[in-house]
Amino acid sequence: MLLIPCPFCGPRDESEFICGGPVRPPRPDPAQTSDADWTDWLIQAPNPVGPVQEHWWHARGCGVWLTLWRDTRSHEIVAGASDDG
Amino acid sequence: MTGKRLATGGRIDRNRPLRFTFDGRGYTGFAGDTLASALLANGVRTVARSFKYHRPRGVVTAGVEEPAALVELLGPDASGNRQATTVPLTEGLAARSVNCWPSPRFDLGAVVQLAARAIPAGFYYKTFKWPGWALYAPAIRRAAGLASAPDHPPQGVYETRHAHCDLLVAGAGPAGLMAALVAARAGLRVVLADEGVEAGGALLSRDLLIDGAPARDWVAAVVAELAAAPLVTHLQQASVWGYREHNYLMVTETAPDRPGLTARGWRVRAGHVITATGALERGIAFAENDRPGVMLAGSVQTYLHRNAVAPWRRAVVFTNNNSAYAAAADLAAAGIVVAAIIDSRDQVPEDARARVAGLPLRAGHVVTRVLGRAGLRGVCVASPDGAEARIDCDLLAVSGGWNPSVHLWSQARGTLRYDADLAAFLPDRAVENVTAAGAAAGALGLPDALASGAEVGARVAGLPAPAVPQASDLPYAITPLWQVAHPRGKAFVDLQNDVTVADVELALREGYADVELVKRYTTAGMGLDQGKTGNVTVIGTLAQAQGRAPGEVGTTTFRAPWTPVAFGAIAGQRDGPLALPWRETPVTRWNIDRGAMMYEAGARWRRPGYFPATPDEPMAEAIARECRAVRFGVGVYDGSPLAKFEIKGPDAAAFLDHLYTNRMSSLKPRRGRYGLMLTDDGLILDDGVCFRLDAARWLVSGSTGHAEALHRHLEYQRQTSRPGWRVFITPVTEQWANATICGPQARAVMQALGCDFDLSAQAFPFMQLREGHVAGLPARVLRVSFTGELSYEVNVAPRHLPALWQQVMGAGAPHGILPVGSEANHVLRVEKGFLSLAHEVDGTADPHDLGLGWVMAQAKPDHLGQRAVAIRRAGGGVRRELVGVIPEGDTPLPEGAPLTPGGQRVASEGFITACVRSVVQDRWLGLALLDNGHARHGETAHVRLQGGQVIPVRVAAPIHYDPEGERLRS
Repeated sequence: MLLIPCPFCGPRDESEFICGGPVRPPRPDPAQTSDADWTDWLIQAPNPVGPVQEHWWHARGCGVWLTLWRDTRSHEIVAGASDDG
Repeated sequence: MTGKRLATGGRIDRNRPLRFTFDGRGYTGFAGDTLASALLANGVRTVARSFKYHRPRGVVTAGVEEPAALVELLGPDASGNRQATTVPLTEGLAARSVNCWPSPRFDLGAVVQLAARAIPAGFYYKTFKWPGWALYAPAIRRAAGLASAPDHPPQGVYETRHAHCDLLVAGAGPAGLMAALVAARAGLRVVLADEGVEAGGALLSRDLLIDGAPARDWVAAVVAELAAAPLVTHLQQASVWGYREHNYLMVTETAPDRPGLTARGWRVRAGHVITATGALERGIAFAENDRPGVMLAGSVQTYLHRNAVAPWRRAVVFTNNNSAYAAAADLAAAGIVVAAIIDSRDQVPEDARARVAGLPLRAGHVVTRVLGRAGLRGVCVASPDGAEARIDCDLLAVSGGWNPSVHLWSQARGTLRYDADLAAFLPDRAVENVTAAGAAAGALGLPDALASGAEVGARVAGLPAPAVPQASDLPYAITPLWQVAHPRGKAFVDLQNDVTVADVELALREGYADVELVKRYTTAGMGLDQGKTGNVTVIGTLAQAQGRAPGEVGTTTFRAPWTPVAFGAIAGQRDGPLALPWRETPVTRWNIDRGAMMYEAGARWRRPGYFPATPDEPMAEAIARECRAVRFGVGVYDGSPLAKFEIKGPDAAAFLDHLYTNRMSSLKPRRGRYGLMLTDDGLILDDGVCFRLDAARWLVSGSTGHAEALHRHLEYQRQTSRPGWRVFITPVTEQWANATICGPQARAVMQALGCDFDLSAQAFPFMQLREGHVAGLPARVLRVSFTGELSYEVNVAPRHLPALWQQVMGAGAPHGILPVGSEANHVLRVEKGFLSLAHEVDGTADPHDLGLGWVMAQAKPDHLGQRAVAIRRAGGGVRRELVGVIPEGDTPLPEGAPLTPGGQRVASEGFITACVRSVVQDRWLGLALLDNGHARHGETAHVRLQGGQVIPVRVAAPIHYDPEGERLRS
């Protein structure tokens, strides 16, 4: 049961959230992208041993889609590069 | 009972005798007994038969680590596979032994023992693999398993509590009490949880002094001080069994303070955790070490001191460490003859010798073999030069050393290291905010445990370690001995799973070199005791066989739960209707009163399936009656649960164009359009209609069961993919309830209700919306149709729906209006070939497959899923496409039935998605997804049923009625 820092509600139990999976690179412009690159973007999700940036939806709370960095080895929520996408 | 109880002492109440039955015979114990102590006090030695070999087994330990004394509780508290050592004795308790028939002393299954040489580890899987394990499993499980499941559901009442604290202390032995006391005095919010009946831990099992007084006095004083501390929650009979991420701990209290409550689950979020979980004694593997009467030495002390039970006359103590010397001294003090202390160490420390002055001690000796079958009669002892001698006894108290209980620590992914001096695994590096204290950290012995608890408690509070009470204890010292080789007999490392040293060696010979693989191959360490007494012995045995250090072998993974937990205690109140509450629309009650068969309509909404005219009207007739009302007269349907969202803002139009495959930005106010939403991998997320309310406000509808998924998707796209766009999304599913009036007479009913807008087909055509009043109520009316008939979806505030509904039924009465359930709705939509997400959209279909290529607006700029659909279709593979099917011979087709080429027993080429009895054609009609189906209209395809029956079907366009849509536009 992770304790997830919500920017609006403070630390909340994981059961209030729905995980949206790892953050992928920004969606490319389909007109400027080859089929192969598009397919890679669609299918290749980051899955590192270590910190990974994830989306979580505060479904039973304020409704924010937040991003955080979670270390897959320890579940620790760690500081990571900020994300605008 | 005479002679089996000590005259004084113990934590039992001799004035409160309790009667109980075991295997049908009546016995008496005392309040304060466990079932195990009461059985011992009544001279019952064989309590169960073992899992695989049906060997007689007795009580080995006094706690949660018990591997052998498994019983089945009967009566209202029926439950299988309970450890007799953890069942508190109560008046009228009824239990029976597991895995023996007709009785544990005469067990027919024991003939298995005669063949035991032929049943090594992996035997079943090697022997019974052809033609399939499933063929043999039932018979083997009958012979091998343990208790049977109770024949009625548990009667328990459970609840859940949540708690937050600065510090959770797991374990109320000397270290845990000390840590909790120091932290409480520092003003921390403390939760102290201990699985024992009373606090004290190992202090209850021994005669030790603290500050010159009995240790139990110190325990009582600490408990009293904690009880008076306002920020301390002290729970007994509360097992901390699970350590979840971010210091979230699962605790189950099995004797909560509320009458009638069976158990209470606690979920505790702790700033810091101290695992003061003590240590568990382990055995030594030697021949026949599982015979009733072979017990762990520390547990013998527990029975003497806690339960005043002493059913033995002559004891032998077998040890490789100092702790058993206290046990020998306690046995002697209780008047039991200690025939010999067998110590495998050549050099016994002087302080240990002094503890047993006058008792016969044989250093450098080992027990090689146990004599006696159902009851211990004696042991064979070997001297250093190999000479064997027999010693008669009825108790063999064994100590193979102590394993710090690192389970919770390890569940929290803390690492372990092997300490050669203690011959045990100790906590090393923490991952969570957790510290081990006392014996759980390797501080074996009372003075060290007290000091460790005080030091760790103070550290959490940010204070220097305080002074601790004075105590003394025999220092711990060990020279590990894992097993004693002997040519005959079975030497067990895991009594619960009947795993022997030979099984472990066999696993190694067969190439299972890793400790995790040895566990899986032999099953050592599985079951409800999780190998608490045997796991480290397995590791030591492996290390010895491989010539490695135990630390190199490592441990298996520790997983929750630490002790067995009742499912009810995890679920708490989330049972029955509270687990998944129903959602009701404003007319659910009306529907039930009207005699509707109520169904779940997705997302836990209760909606009528159909309305039998009389209680015994057949379902098919009721459905057909409702269908005919809609096709030829008028019906009304409760469409309230439909997913609805209002989307507004300057960028809403562009946002919708990004979400939908077709263009919504070109809609004029009060007009709507059917649309599909795809995910970016090109699969269909949902379908529905989208209306423009005004310049910057839109109404999006979706499938009932997809409301939450759709909301997630909309917000995900808005917040993560288009964060700069000015769009607001408001779910309004429960703000608008509706009555959907459908059928050729729908306009007449609307006119009779009274509307303040023009209802004519020219003024208010299909796919338009009007806001005004219906029957005097503020309403938003949509001309959409899921039945193919003229239809008005009248949306009102939920509080107005019952009134509207009554008026609709009244206004429709002259036209024979009927309420319509979801079954009739299904028939009508299949006749029309309208999609239902769970049926035709199965996670592989794209819009082209469903004949909806027209919604893929090619001229439109990029939308979600567009690129993926294009890439997939460019691949040119065979697609499963939506078709209508008409069964030849007019028989129903089961939904999901496969279509195979020629009806042969080969890979399928599609499946039936829906099949209904059509009222307009008076025959069975269906829909199917079929390979290349669009090009196969007019052909015959074949449904193949289980059993080989083949039903030919004619492939047709997936619209069986009014293909031009004239009726719904009328």
